[in-house]
Amino acid sequence: MSQILIRAQALVAGWSQPATAPLDFVLESGRILGLTGANGVGKSTFLAALAGRARIFSGVLEQRPGLRLALQTQDVPPVAGLPLSGRELLALTGATTDGLPPWLVGLLDERLDLLSGGQRHYLGLWAILRAPADLVLLDEPTNNLDAAGVAHLAGALRALAGTGVGLVVVSHDHEFVEAVCDQVITLREVVDVV
Amino acid sequence: MWSDLFLLPFLTGLCLALVLPVLGCFLRLRDEWLAALAYAHVAAAGALLALVGGLVPVFGGMAAAALAGAGKRLFARRLAGGAAFALLLLAGWAVAVLLAANQPLAEQLGHSLFDGQLYFSGASQLALVLPWAIFAAVVLRLLARQLLLARVYPDYLKARQMRAWPVILGFDLVAALTLALATMSMGVMGGFALVFVPAWVAFRRASTWRNGVLLAVAIGLVGYVAAFALALGLDQPFGPVLALLLIAVGLIIA
Repeated sequence: MSQILIRAQALVAGWSQPATAPLDFVLESGRILGLTGANGVGKSTFLAALAGRARIFSGVLEQRPGLRLALQTQDVPPVAGLPLSGRELLALTGATTDGLPPWLVGLLDERLDLLSGGQRHYLGLWAILRAPADLVLLDEPTNNLDAAGVAHLAGALRALAGTGVGLVVVSHDHEFVEAVCDQVITLREVVDVV
Repeated sequence: MWSDLFLLPFLTGLCLALVLPVLGCFLRLRDEWLAALAYAHVAAAGALLALVGGLVPVFGGMAAAALAGAGKRLFARRLAGGAAFALLLLAGWAVAVLLAANQPLAEQLGHSLFDGQLYFSGASQLALVLPWAIFAAVVLRLLARQLLLARVYPDYLKARQMRAWPVILGFDLVAALTLALATMSMGVMGGFALVFVPAWVAFRRASTWRNGVLLAVAIGLVGYVAAFALALGLDQPFGPVLALLLIAVGLIIA
């Protein structure tokens, strides 16, 4: 039975001042919400507000009590010069290696700063995606991924939603969002719900 | 005879040689390696102040370092980018040198702290260092995951509504007090060498965090034992011999 994980009513978010149009949505467990729109409409700011990083200026944000959040930002984990392997990175967040793409499984014991940017990005994303959580927030997860990576990510998101986890995906990639998400909100000056 | 004179200093230094490289890995992880020098200088100043005030120097050093470790949080916003550690280093050095220059009592201890004469350590020093080294190692092991998470996923703890400040404060106190004890035992630069060089090499050469910590400990241990024997055999102050040996090992391996 699905539960409401998070509910936003006329939510306006920003950092030092309001930066978004009011947003309304309800997200239930096992569902994927996509936030898309042009650069600068505040997609990442909304995500940051949901995670408690950005400020909520008006409106209401309700979360299920005890909700466990996991947040992936566009910042690549700063691992340059750090002796840390992919396996250790996943262990930090408690992420499982089950379902990891085959082209990354053999690299788990390599030092992260010796991997390519795409490999590092996917491992960093996986560490958040498969961390124990009820709600996963992803900011532009397809950045730095090739076509195989995007296809694998799409399958992984659907599989995760199938376990009851709710997801919010911010992306400029309309095609990816339409293919993966159960509900899509396109952010503009006036917010439209598709 | 050997045991009377040298076993206690050797064991005291051995405890520190095992824990300081681990501490160095975490300080490097947090880009705070300068903290090692800062806490060491503050501890030296605190020890000299305590001596002049008629108190036990080692407790003065520990108290000063602990105050610096906990107090820097109060000025964190104003002293970002490592400025806190640079100012602490300068203040500690200035106070220590002024005390040594103006107080005959402080002059001898000041020389000992800055020369790094491990051989003056006795049973009372070992009684402090041994349990503290074990405690520090356990605390660092317990804090390791949160400290690594704070580096690679700084938003993770906040998103999980976990407070980061007790972890950071706990680490700062452990770092400050460990460096204070190291300064009292093997001098300012002896302790700094064991914090900086093994971790620097480990970060360059190791493939995993676990291997990095083990490599750092191995380098610290080998460097310490060799320096102890060499300094003893050549009748030289321990700190500079340790520093030169670790630099040589570091340049070869790194």
